[in-house]
Amino acid sequence: MSEVKQLNVVQAINQALHDAMAADPKVLVLGEEVGDKQEGGVMGVTKGLSTAFGERVRSTPISEQAIIGAAIGASLGGYRPVAEIMLMNFIAVPMDMITNHAAKLRFMSGGQTNVPIVIRTMTGVGFSTGGQHSDYLEAWFAHTAGIKVVAPSNPDDAYGLMRAAIEDDDPVLFIENLPTYWTPGPVSFQKVKLGQAKVALEGTDATVVAHSRMVVEALAAAKTLATEGISLEVVDLRTISPWDRATVLASAAKTGRAVVVHEAVKQFGIGAEIAAVIGEELWGKLKAPVQRLGGAFAPVPFSRPLEAAFAPTAADIAAAVRKAVTA
Amino acid sequence: MRNQPPLSLHIPAPHARPGEKPDFSYLTFPEPGAARRPHILTPEAEMRDMPYSLIRVLAEDGRAIGPWAPHVAPETLRRGLRAMMLTRFFDDRMFAAHHQGKTSFYMKSTGEEATAAAPSLALLPGDMCFPTYRMVSFLMARDYPLANLVNQIFSNAADPMRGRQLPLLYSARDYGFYSLAGNVGSRFGHAVGWAMASAYKNDDKIAMAFVGDGTTAEGNFHEAMVFASVYHAPVILCVTNNQWAISSYQGIAGGEETTFAARGIGYGLPGLRVDGNDFLAVYAATQWAAERARANHGATLIEFVTYRVAGHSTNDDPSRYRPSDEARAWPLGDPIERLKAHLIALGEWSEAQHEALARALHEEVRAAAKAGEALGTLGQNPPPKREMFEHVFKTPDWRNLEQRRECEVAP
Ligand SMILES: Cc1ncc(C[n+]2csc(CCOP(=O)(O)OP(=O)(O)O)c2C)c(N)n1
Ligand SMILES: [Mg+2]
Repeated sequence: MSEVKQLNVVQAINQALHDAMAADPKVLVLGEEVGDKQEGGVMGVTKGLSTAFGERVRSTPISEQAIIGAAIGASLGGYRPVAEIMLMNFIAVPMDMITNHAAKLRFMSGGQTNVPIVIRTMTGVGFSTGGQHSDYLEAWFAHTAGIKVVAPSNPDDAYGLMRAAIEDDDPVLFIENLPTYWTPGPVSFQKVKLGQAKVALEGTDATVVAHSRMVVEALAAAKTLATEGISLEVVDLRTISPWDRATVLASAAKTGRAVVVHEAVKQFGIGAEIAAVIGEELWGKLKAPVQRLGGAFAPVPFSRPLEAAFAPTAADIAAAVRKAVTA
Repeated sequence: MRNQPPLSLHIPAPHARPGEKPDFSYLTFPEPGAARRPHILTPEAEMRDMPYSLIRVLAEDGRAIGPWAPHVAPETLRRGLRAMMLTRFFDDRMFAAHHQGKTSFYMKSTGEEATAAAPSLALLPGDMCFPTYRMVSFLMARDYPLANLVNQIFSNAADPMRGRQLPLLYSARDYGFYSLAGNVGSRFGHAVGWAMASAYKNDDKIAMAFVGDGTTAEGNFHEAMVFASVYHAPVILCVTNNQWAISSYQGIAGGEETTFAARGIGYGLPGLRVDGNDFLAVYAATQWAAERARANHGATLIEFVTYRVAGHSTNDDPSRYRPSDEARAWPLGDPIERLKAHLIALGEWSEAQHEALARALHEEVRAAAKAGEALGTLGQNPPPKREMFEHVFKTPDWRNLEQRRECEVAP
């Protein structure tokens, strides 16, 4: 497909799964409620797949360890399974399967076995779903060698990253963001190479490094700051592991100021790693200390007003940038 | 106050502790030949007696009796015998090598050799076994090169796992032997997924997976059985009940209340309970479950009843928790002696042949160990450092490359 269409994230991922399954008969989809008889997934991301591809799409029992275990086994049998973990918090259940097995099999089998699976999952604050249904846990996986981690912020990247993730010969965790699901945008149906960030907005005074919904917040902050005469550059990581160090450093070197933002808890989050590397590499060239913004060090609360205070907002980002610029 | 005693919990305890008389009275063993053999297509509901029975074929006098006696060519039986004897010699040699500091860790399978050697020969080419660490006899029955095992155990530069995996956690995919993991129970789910993929391809290959008695307490065991049951996956799920999980006796995993084979009942999976020291019974049960799976009748749960003669590993001293003569009191005998007696009863083997084979295997193991020692034992001629940075991903990314540079490892 070469034409550009307006789709939301749900539609873009759905199209990516359709196209990947049509392109490669080895692509399978499994997970709780993913079949059309079960509404094509709780958010409809897998809608139509079982109707189009029959047995290749399987609604499974509520057995997260067995879902990932079966995906690993099927990949050994020559397939490229896309396994869904309904919400990211539930990934704690098959953690052993992911971090000890999927991520390590290539290495620990002396290179005999690889695990080309994609694990799709979704999360995000904004729906009052509480601390057991809204966590961003990308750091757990970015900390594990052998698995890649991807988190798109918009429909175009959602399509392109999903296609690339399915074609990748290593396991990939694909994190979808619930509050961004229904935002429409142009989709060009091009694969997006893993490990490459994108400069979502060019600017000269400061750099915000973000992924997933925080890119949306950063772009909103940039609008406000522009009215104050501050030119913000926004780098959308797209892939968290391996993150695109070159693009981040080039941007931070150019603007001399960096703020790293994520929705996940700030302490020990991926922002710490990125901020540390910027500091190590650009020491002496920066005009202000690198700042980190992240979620509160608390479980995500249920109550709407409390939840709203959990994650960084456009206003928080703008404030951090102002602080950097006036430093 | 209620007119009842206060609540209390039951804590399973082994039937005999060090210094006491071994006691296996908690296990009941029907006579060889007594267990019935349902047709392979029998519905599970019509064989719920099987998990409480015990499939035994070899009688005291070495004859194969009863409906489970399989038709196996004497040549196959001799291969099985050879694999079990080779395993025993190999285990002894490598265990001793640990005492000499040539390896960091070893686990023996003494007494359990039939539970892996027989399935190795009963499965067909292309089937996939998802083993435990106590199943090297599976590889021995398939003539896997001893050098590969030795070099991994000694962790030298020729280690096929390149210094990344423990001694004896082998990977031999081409031999139908999936990568071993230290995390017990993790392979059950992989086996079910592999089997589902096989069925999805409309292939005729099946999977066979193993866990120990202690490992049946893991969630993976149960989730895998749910999948196997729901999808009728062509897989044989096995519990090797060797009575011990390190120093916890099998009652700790719930083996006192019922049999491990009976775990299948709740999932609607046929459960077979099998004398694991009876090569022919293990072979016959594997074949039965394999035929059932290939006929698209789904998974079977098999419990192999056996005994872990050695300690759990080189780190374990079983005299601290069980009678030292417990192994000798084990009522199901030694799998090697029993198969040997059978072959002799058939007129297909002799004491002289047995001794000659023992000498030859002993020499084979000695030669393999010497060759491995020449390449290097623990700490000598180790795998190159660069191996740490390869196979993390298919293509190393900047993180791997940079760390390799920091470690001053040439690309
Ligand atoms: C997930 C996990 N938990 C605990 C252990 C530590 N451990 C290693 S072997 C073992 C005992 C397993 O006993 P069993 O399943 O009966 O197998 P056996 O050693 O008797 O063959 C334990 C607890 C482990 N390796 N993995
Ligand atoms: Mg055990």
